[in-house]
Amino acid sequence: MSGQAEIGDIGGPAQPLLAVRGLYRHFPIRGGLFNRTTAVVQAVDGIDFDVHKGETLGIVGESGCGKSTTARLLVRLLDPDRGELVYDGLSVGTQDGLSLREMRRHVQMVFQDSFASLNPRLSIADSIAFGPRVHGVGDGEAMARARDLLARVGLAPDTFGPRYPHELSGGQRQRVNIARALALRPRLVILDEAVSALDKSVEAQVLNLLQDLKAEFGLTYVFISHDLNVVRYISDRVLVMYLGRIVEIGPVDRIYEAPRHPYTRALLSAMPSMDPDRRTSEAPISGDPPNPINPPPGCRFHTRCPFASEICQTRVPELAASPLAGDHLAACHMADPSSGHPQAGTAV
Amino acid sequence: MTEIPGTIAGATIEGPAGPARGYWSNVLRRLRRDRVAVVCIVILALILLAAIFAPLVAPGDPFRTSMLRRLRPIGTPGFPLGTDELGRDMLTRLVFGGRLSLFTGIVPVINAFVIGTFLGVFAGFSGGRTNMAIMRTIDVFYAFPSVLLAIAISGALGAGIFNSIVSLTIVFVPPIARVAESVTTQVRNLDFVDAARASGAGAFTIIRVHILGNVLGPVFVYATGLVSVSMILASGLSFLGLGTKPPEAEWGLMLNTLRTAIYAQPVVAALPGAMIFTVSICFNLFSDGLRSAMDVKL
Repeated sequence: MSGQAEIGDIGGPAQPLLAVRGLYRHFPIRGGLFNRTTAVVQAVDGIDFDVHKGETLGIVGESGCGKSTTARLLVRLLDPDRGELVYDGLSVGTQDGLSLREMRRHVQMVFQDSFASLNPRLSIADSIAFGPRVHGVGDGEAMARARDLLARVGLAPDTFGPRYPHELSGGQRQRVNIARALALRPRLVILDEAVSALDKSVEAQVLNLLQDLKAEFGLTYVFISHDLNVVRYISDRVLVMYLGRIVEIGPVDRIYEAPRHPYTRALLSAMPSMDPDRRTSEAPISGDPPNPINPPPGCRFHTRCPFASEICQTRVPELAASPLAGDHLAACHMADPSSGHPQAGTAV
Repeated sequence: MTEIPGTIAGATIEGPAGPARGYWSNVLRRLRRDRVAVVCIVILALILLAAIFAPLVAPGDPFRTSMLRRLRPIGTPGFPLGTDELGRDMLTRLVFGGRLSLFTGIVPVINAFVIGTFLGVFAGFSGGRTNMAIMRTIDVFYAFPSVLLAIAISGALGAGIFNSIVSLTIVFVPPIARVAESVTTQVRNLDFVDAARASGAGAFTIIRVHILGNVLGPVFVYATGLVSVSMILASGLSFLGLGTKPPEAEWGLMLNTLRTAIYAQPVVAALPGAMIFTVSICFNLFSDGLRSAMDVKL
């Protein structure tokens, strides 16, 4: 290995690989005379979570809930308004922490649109080798790495290396995108709807490929999707987002078997079941999420929540653990016996 | 890394047969199939070669006048395309005239291509206020019709080839910058640029590797279309006495001086115009062919 000093594990297995602390990102909407800010979209509004080493953290939510903004914040394609990313104990983008450039070697992203995320004028091998070249890896070594990765994602390097993106199918292109993300040998890969645009059969292949690569390279994934089945299949823990905030986070089985937040329950009940004995019992929520420009005060879900009471309209519920399961957090007044909600403590 | 390249679960996917081709060789292949474009390229090449090797190709001296053989018709022995109002050989003057006409047609476009692309890519990639400042300044030039602008600048700078090239360059920078800016803005927002940023690449590297490759093509196509406009404008400047000066041979100037003979020898008088027309239309058709040959989004 030349040209690149490897940063190995720093804090040991117990330290989160990535800790997200109080991340905010609001988008001003400008318009009118003098380009004044007329409104603010609260895309991500104060989120905290950890990504543990070696896990796959699934992020689910309806469209517009801030999933993709979160992804872009995690790889710092967007700068947060407030908040901090701590990568393996090192604060990102600060003087005594980890520089952005360093961080980018360790955190990579796979985008949803497999075609738009490849330069149509670059050959597949050149696209994959671009990252290493930027980081000072020699030409020969970068190309060797590209060929190696192509083989690992199941594409014959001699056949596909010299090809151009438009000559590949969607599934093949997404394999290339995965290879490109791995070319810098990252430890954390953000997959933003990475399989959502693929056919079901191809999707399954790519998901299995992701699992294999994870084991082989010791990767950690943040897997963002709106597809609850896929998230259940691939994730170790699941984070549910609603209108820019986290409503529930916990181990995948707990989230899917015993969801604590009414929104999660509604989301899951909207998932069609293959088993006739497990019919949809709870009414799925209807309507669209409220406009993130003027999100409702208090609990953001109260406008659609069947259990909403007065307290929900005024006080923001905190993301709190249940007494039974410390790693299963939900942001609902009903989960907190002291909240003043009439049904407090009854639900889970 | 000395690991042996392996495959995941033995599932190496074989691609469709056939050698993979580079983008530009693909463009060339498609362009070769376009008969109109090929014919145009051949005509342009012939005219260009004739102009470059004018002293070898031309039968006579472009400046030798003779009061005895003025305005001879086409087909006169010794003067295949007749003579002009001063008795100079038309064929010779048309061949020599190609030098200046092509020069004033192509050079301003090349200058404007370099300057305009630089401005447009810079503005498009920077976005925000920088973009605003550059593009609004350029818009000021848009307020004037291009012919008028060329005449005004040439008039202010004074007659001469160099000045007419300067004025034509100024005329062509705004439209090229505009095209470059709009393509850059489009490309800049594609995911592969984000992916490059996420790899830690700096702005210069991203522009060099990811932006220019996608911007130069469309801008180049647009610029080839401008060559014909530039030739016509340059000819127009010469016609007005702002470009080339007599007795220099240049198609626009020849058209001007021969206009008095339009009733005496209409065909001979129209010859410089026919040359301008041929070259312009060839550049336009070639640019069209190039555009469709490069259009390989899928």
